[in-house]
Amino acid sequence: MQTLSSEQRDVVSRIVAELKDRPGPLLEVLHAIQAALGYVPREVIPLVAEGLNLSRADVHGVVTFYHHFRDAEPGRHVVQVCRAESCQAVGGEALADHARKRLGVEFHESTPDGRFSLEPVYCLGNCACSPAVMIDGQLHGRVTPERFDALIAESGHIPEHSPEGP
Amino acid sequence: MTAAQSRTGKTLLYVPADAGALSLGAEALCRAIVSEATRREVDVQIVRNGSRGAYWLEPLVEVATAAGRIAYGPVSATDVPSLFDAGWLEGGAHRLRQGEPGSMPWFASQQRLTFARVGLIDPLSVTDYVNRDGYQGLRRALSLSPQELIETVTRSGLRGRGGAAFPTGIKWRTVLEQPAGQKYVTCNADEGDSGTFADRMLMEGDPLSLIEGMTIAGIATGATQGYIYLRAEYPDAHRILRQAIARAYEARYLGADVMGSGKRFDLEVRLGAGAYICGEETSMLESLEGRRGEVRVRPPLPAIKGLFGRPTIVNNVVTLATVPVIVHQGADFYAGYGAGKSRGTLPIQLAGNIKRGGLVERAFGLSLRELLYEYGGGSASGRPIRAVQIGGPLGAYVPASQFDTLIDYEALAGIGAMLGHGGIVAFDDTVDMARMARYAMEFCAIESCGKCTPCRIGSTRGVEIVERILAGEDPERQVAKLEELCEVMVQGSLCGLGGMAPFPVQSALKHFRGDFLARPRS
Repeated sequence: MQTLSSEQRDVVSRIVAELKDRPGPLLEVLHAIQAALGYVPREVIPLVAEGLNLSRADVHGVVTFYHHFRDAEPGRHVVQVCRAESCQAVGGEALADHARKRLGVEFHESTPDGRFSLEPVYCLGNCACSPAVMIDGQLHGRVTPERFDALIAESGHIPEHSPEGP
Repeated sequence: MTAAQSRTGKTLLYVPADAGALSLGAEALCRAIVSEATRREVDVQIVRNGSRGAYWLEPLVEVATAAGRIAYGPVSATDVPSLFDAGWLEGGAHRLRQGEPGSMPWFASQQRLTFARVGLIDPLSVTDYVNRDGYQGLRRALSLSPQELIETVTRSGLRGRGGAAFPTGIKWRTVLEQPAGQKYVTCNADEGDSGTFADRMLMEGDPLSLIEGMTIAGIATGATQGYIYLRAEYPDAHRILRQAIARAYEARYLGADVMGSGKRFDLEVRLGAGAYICGEETSMLESLEGRRGEVRVRPPLPAIKGLFGRPTIVNNVVTLATVPVIVHQGADFYAGYGAGKSRGTLPIQLAGNIKRGGLVERAFGLSLRELLYEYGGGSASGRPIRAVQIGGPLGAYVPASQFDTLIDYEALAGIGAMLGHGGIVAFDDTVDMARMARYAMEFCAIESCGKCTPCRIGSTRGVEIVERILAGEDPERQVAKLEELCEVMVQGSLCGLGGMAPFPVQSALKHFRGDFLARPRS
């Protein structure tokens, strides 16, 4: 089990101290930790539990319940491809296949060079402009495979391991 | 000062900051407009409005000319020089010119009550909001007794627009009747159904109407604290809502002394974390309390024992944002729209394989065919529309033979479908309904909270059965098994997720049985 760096411990302690008196603070705390560290390392669970006077099991149960919270450091760019019905109606599945091939990873994986993480998402609320993709919190609509490649190129270099990379 | 000019004499241009418009390049477009205007030494001022909901025209730019607002769309950054050449600041002719937006047939025939201001105003301007009837509802609410106020909401016939369609006034009355003490107003903004985006558009385009609606709910029931539970997938809405709340506080429409009435109402946004089930009201309350979003067994109802065990209103964004117009214009005004027991208007969201996708607000009673062909213009692919899914991932598939059905709660229930949150996803004739059935089960398996067995285990078994059907393995027997499984899930699940996930499967089996039975063995 990895240990937290002292900077990470400080960040977490500060967040817990700041939010612990709010009503029902646990989700707020976890959001703040993910915003600061990029993910919610499993090692923060005892710290959060102690700070909020909850059991470790309670905190673990919450962290693992929600799809949004990651337990590993994500790639530098997080690519979310919508898999829901409206996007499926206009080529969303083909786009999802293209994204996997282009980045050379499966969903829930990161490229070995740490540039991209590929995640599924179930509706981005952009259904009149399907298929939709979100990259680092930025929404994109009517995404064709060509447009996907352009967006990836804008986000950084094409990962070396991509079979279709330059 | 003319309508064409801002106070500083610059020409006003409206470029939506709606997430859908941003997803099609509205930000780069703004930069291109500013740089082209600078190069030509023309003074322009850009207002970031919401979207009118005509997404096939986004980014839709509106220029405030002497003759009113003239729309151009869809505009990309590369079109900007030619638009300036065409004299668009004076409403000049151009291939992208759409004319006065309100006079476009698609827009003119709509009946926008809830969405009256969306796309027209600067969503963060309290002044814009007030100039277009904003806070008239709250003003009137403060002059009524709680009973009169709730009676107005009840008589308007407003029903929960999140999907359950429960009468809003009755829910509020239950909260009012609970003994005094801490009560809450919570807004369910966990709009997770595919094909829906009305909540998002409203929060991004007219957030103050939601804030006003929640404040009225607080005044009506004695609740002093409100929470908006917003899904994490909506970062743009999050930013806009937080800014709008801050402005409402500054202008004293929120806080310790709402509009000088001496009454308190506080409001904050809480973010969800990517769990579809948290759109179910009791699961949302668990999540707001910082716990796993597992559903609660009812009774007790949230109106009696809700957030932190206190009496709580749980309403959807559209429901709450409709309250101000009802209180301002009166119950009869609102109830004057609609059909049968479905009163008022419904913001319908048209999505999927459709030529003109977007938001259509109309009184209940429009037919599906009118919506799909007159507003939607048919499929985007140009092929026949084979089916539509109404009401999100738990909603039934409706075949083309039933497109004359009217869009209201009872008419749709009559054909075994449900309106839900008003999202309609169109599929053309290339859709494989057995694959859509597989997806329905898969989605349920991914999103199941795990508390009850029919949902947790049933959905996974459902995926396996449909996979055998897709592989052509003894389809007759597998289809019989699938039907039996659906029945168990419907009857035995604790909440609507497991209880309704079979609906799309059952409707696909009923209307498109050939897609399941006539499969080559792989």
